[in-house]
Amino acid sequence: MHVPDGFINAPVSVATGAVAAAAVAVSLRGARRELGGDGLGGERTAPLAGLVAAFIFAVQMLNFPVAAGTSGHLLGGALAAILVGPYTGVLCVSVVLLMQGVLFADGGLTALGVNITDMAITTTVVAYLLFRGLVKVLPRKRRSITVASFVSALVSVPAAALVFTLIYALGGTADVSTGKVLTAMVGVHVLIGIGEAAITALTVGAVIAVRPDLVYGARGLSKPLELKVAPVAVPAAPGAPRTEPAAAAAPAAASEAAEAEPKSPAPAAAPRSTKRVWLAGVAAALVCAGGISYYASASPDGLEKVAHDQGIDKQEKDHAAKDSPLADYSVKDITDARLSGGLAGVIGVGATLAVGSGVFFVVRRRRDTDPAVTDERTPERV
Amino acid sequence: MGAGHSHKLYRHGHSPVHALPAHCKIAAVFAFVLIVVSTPREAVWAFGLYAVLLAAVTVAARLPAGFVLKRLLIEVPFVAFALLMPFVAEGPRLHVLGMSLSESGLWGAWNILAKGTLGVAASVLLAATTELRNLLLGLQRLKMPPLLVQIASFMIRYGDVITDEMRRMRIARVSRGFEARGVRHWGVLAKSAGALFIRSYERGERVHLAMVSRGYAGTVPVTDEVTADRAQWTSAAALPLAALAVCLLGWTL
Repeated sequence: MHVPDGFINAPVSVATGAVAAAAVAVSLRGARRELGGDGLGGERTAPLAGLVAAFIFAVQMLNFPVAAGTSGHLLGGALAAILVGPYTGVLCVSVVLLMQGVLFADGGLTALGVNITDMAITTTVVAYLLFRGLVKVLPRKRRSITVASFVSALVSVPAAALVFTLIYALGGTADVSTGKVLTAMVGVHVLIGIGEAAITALTVGAVIAVRPDLVYGARGLSKPLELKVAPVAVPAAPGAPRTEPAAAAAPAAASEAAEAEPKSPAPAAAPRSTKRVWLAGVAAALVCAGGISYYASASPDGLEKVAHDQGIDKQEKDHAAKDSPLADYSVKDITDARLSGGLAGVIGVGATLAVGSGVFFVVRRRRDTDPAVTDERTPERV
Repeated sequence: MGAGHSHKLYRHGHSPVHALPAHCKIAAVFAFVLIVVSTPREAVWAFGLYAVLLAAVTVAARLPAGFVLKRLLIEVPFVAFALLMPFVAEGPRLHVLGMSLSESGLWGAWNILAKGTLGVAASVLLAATTELRNLLLGLQRLKMPPLLVQIASFMIRYGDVITDEMRRMRIARVSRGFEARGVRHWGVLAKSAGALFIRSYERGERVHLAMVSRGYAGTVPVTDEVTADRAQWTSAAALPLAALAVCLLGWTL
């Protein structure tokens, strides 16, 4: 979200402008080093960083449909940091923001410092530091690069929201309490961060499959290529007619091997992944029900509130289970609100899970025993 | 006008505003927006005067009002946000038309709406009267680092190329029957984004080699140095000076 003019007061705008200018100055030096490479010197910086900025500008227009007509787009800070390095990343996103502000009037001119501090510097730096740390910890594989980019992009977006709230607390002009802004911003941006993380990880994965040398964050991870010639070349040498198929077979085998490598996890992962997804889902449900539910709004939810306002619920009879031990989402005889709510949530998840799985298993067993259904199903299952 | 040589926000003309050197205009717009932002929000009339000033510039630049107003539409998301504010802000409440509105929230909404709109209008006027290249050269004359200006100019120059590349990839996807409908299709879109990155980066490498082979050594020579004389600076300063007078009045009254 681009901050407009007048949202942050003048002194804080000027201060963030100074921060942004300093960061861009540092990045200009760093980007020469990142893009220079191989003793080619700094003159590669301008065209390469310019094209990467154009890429970020374009990719922000790529719409990712979520559901029911809504769609999101990439912010690009984490992606830039991982693909081209933190300094170039800051530089490219800053240039994109500058051009959006000056040309398209998207984001205020005086808010440029705020926008750069928050969307260019924070996302890029947070994402890159986290990414580096994770890559160090995780095993040296390509998959860990994808995982690390997922996590770093996931954190970078709420981090930007946090910095925005901080700037707002220092110089916000609107009279909305900082706590409210924090909740709204971080809440919304955690959701946005999930989308950003998925897209960033997928995009980094796509680049790393084709040109792993281009991914700055994965440098030093791939081994230098070795030339393996001896075993293939010797048997092909004597017979003239056999040379051709052997020579043709070698690249074919090589390309097969190369293709098989990225492809192989997909079919192999299918049976494993269901269990993993299932476990992760249960864990997430338990965490939400047990821990986070305490922080949920205590006021009645939308429907209940409307019912209350309109007087609908006057006729509402108390639920038959109101005396049950779990009524109103809390466990009877436990006075601590947090413990009680959490426990009720956990028990609820467990019960729902048990009933759901029970129904599922019954249905499945019946389909399996039914010969007609089994016949239909077998080709699918194979 | 030939396509590709001027951005669609620029409107060709020969008015006195078009003729001013770019760096004078950038400095004037920047000073103007800063003054607007530091005006107290209670001085409602001051924002009216600012709007009159900008309208005067529009007339002097011979821009049709419809063009500028249409370009202001980019502000709509902020307007939605500002309209939300009276409902969520704290402080004493007012009751208007049966709705409970926060008084300070109304002031906050007004503040963002007025200052945001004036800021957007000022940048729209700048972009409509200044050619892109001059805008970048103007930034360079205002002591923005040359490397940053070069990066920005490469971004602008190749922005259309990369966007077109993305459009072609989209057409290729669509003509193969792909339609992105939900989260399940993100993989395909992300692969396109990855391919787009590789193409952009490789294009950058080729552009660099082409430039090196034509004698590029890290700087782009400026062939048409634009300098501003005193009269041009004075006429460019008219806008922020008038705004400053309004702002000072707003603080004292």
